[in-house]
Amino acid sequence: MAGKSIQVFFKLIQREILLAIRHGSDSCMIVLFFVIVVVLFPLSVGPEPGILTRISAGIIWVSALLSVMLSMDRLFQSDYEDGNLDLLILASEPLELIVLAKTVAHWLTTGFPLIIISPVLALFLNMDTSGYSTLLIALTLGTPTLSLVGAIGAALILGARRSGVLLSLLVLPLFIPILIFGVSAVDASLTNLSSKPQLLILGGLFLAGLVLCPWASAAALRQAAE
Amino acid sequence: MFNYFANPVRFLRLTSKLQPITMFVASVTIGLGLYYGLVKSPPDYQQSETVRIMYVHVPAAWMAMFCYVAIACSSAVALIWRHMLANIIAKSTAPIGASFTFLALATGSLWGKPMWGTWWVWDARLTSVLILFFLYLGYMVLYNAFDDQSRGARAAAILSIVGVINVPIIKFSVDWWNTLHQPASVIKMDGPSIHPSMLTPLILMAVGYTALYFWLLFVRTRAELNANKVRMMSIQQVET
Repeated sequence: MAGKSIQVFFKLIQREILLAIRHGSDSCMIVLFFVIVVVLFPLSVGPEPGILTRISAGIIWVSALLSVMLSMDRLFQSDYEDGNLDLLILASEPLELIVLAKTVAHWLTTGFPLIIISPVLALFLNMDTSGYSTLLIALTLGTPTLSLVGAIGAALILGARRSGVLLSLLVLPLFIPILIFGVSAVDASLTNLSSKPQLLILGGLFLAGLVLCPWASAAALRQAAE
Repeated sequence: MFNYFANPVRFLRLTSKLQPITMFVASVTIGLGLYYGLVKSPPDYQQSETVRIMYVHVPAAWMAMFCYVAIACSSAVALIWRHMLANIIAKSTAPIGASFTFLALATGSLWGKPMWGTWWVWDARLTSVLILFFLYLGYMVLYNAFDDQSRGARAAAILSIVGVINVPIIKFSVDWWNTLHQPASVIKMDGPSIHPSMLTPLILMAVGYTALYFWLLFVRTRAELNANKVRMMSIQQVET
């Protein structure tokens, strides 16, 4: 039984990634959005390297937050519209596991590309090289948590009016802790302090989210399909 | 007891008696509390007269958290036992709680200007209360975002239970982080560390705010129930 569930878990991830590849443009659009938002900041606050160095970590984190949030609504929306969601709920596997599979696939197709492109953007923003490794670790710990928390919001807004704006209202306040610790981790290593405490908290948030979020998302999905 | 009062008719009968009582308690204790707080209590030796803002601010912040927990609890009851009344109580609590949160933020800001020299600082307590305010707003928006009322009620209930994680963060933010906002001085293990002349108006205001909350809650819930009744009756009229 457990073995079959695991099989379904990986099959689902495979399906989601395949869908993302076939649609292609979706993931690219999110990465492009990420790059463009980052580029807006030097144009708006001025190109002085000093200012950019100081706020580079914050800019990258805020842009990553917005990109993940923007990609969130497609997590369950298309399945909800074409009826796949009802089949997934009726499946013998626990819905929590299915939600987790979809979230993992979502992170692989949106969070992961963002992490890969982020050093290039840090270069644009004149970030000190001492912050690069911390930025990568913090994003690797933080973006999965964003996907997990965002999945709750994406499940809650299914079928709502003006769901896009609503999603940002629900999800952004819950993203704030991740933003705070993600930025302060990078800032700590830029000022030659240990970034370990912040990274540990980010790791803790990730583990707590991994356990609790699929449960809440599954509850939200069940009531959406009722 | 839950199941007993989940019956709207019994609830209406009970609250019709409780409504004037809570109104009376609220007006008397808030009146007395304001008199003791603004006139009788001594000015602080460091903050002078500014300390009087505390009597409005601290109970409001307590109520902000209390109301959120009330929403989360009645949402849980609504999800588990499917009592319609629990949804209505959660829905009616949200604007009251949001108002208390706004009051706490606004009075804190007014106090911060003369004391800290700034309207706003990004410390842990202030930020987490601001998040609480956003959670209230998100809850209210989500509740009304669906064409199907019961769908909105259930989605908002799940959101409120997820957001309850913020309440302990608010409570302990002053202990976990070394911040500008002062730590708790009333609700402590070894008793309050505040002089009785200041504690009396504070307690009076807290009791008054709680009574005010229940009074407003009863008014709102009864209005909501009656509105539902009117809706049902007009539907019946159309059908016949």
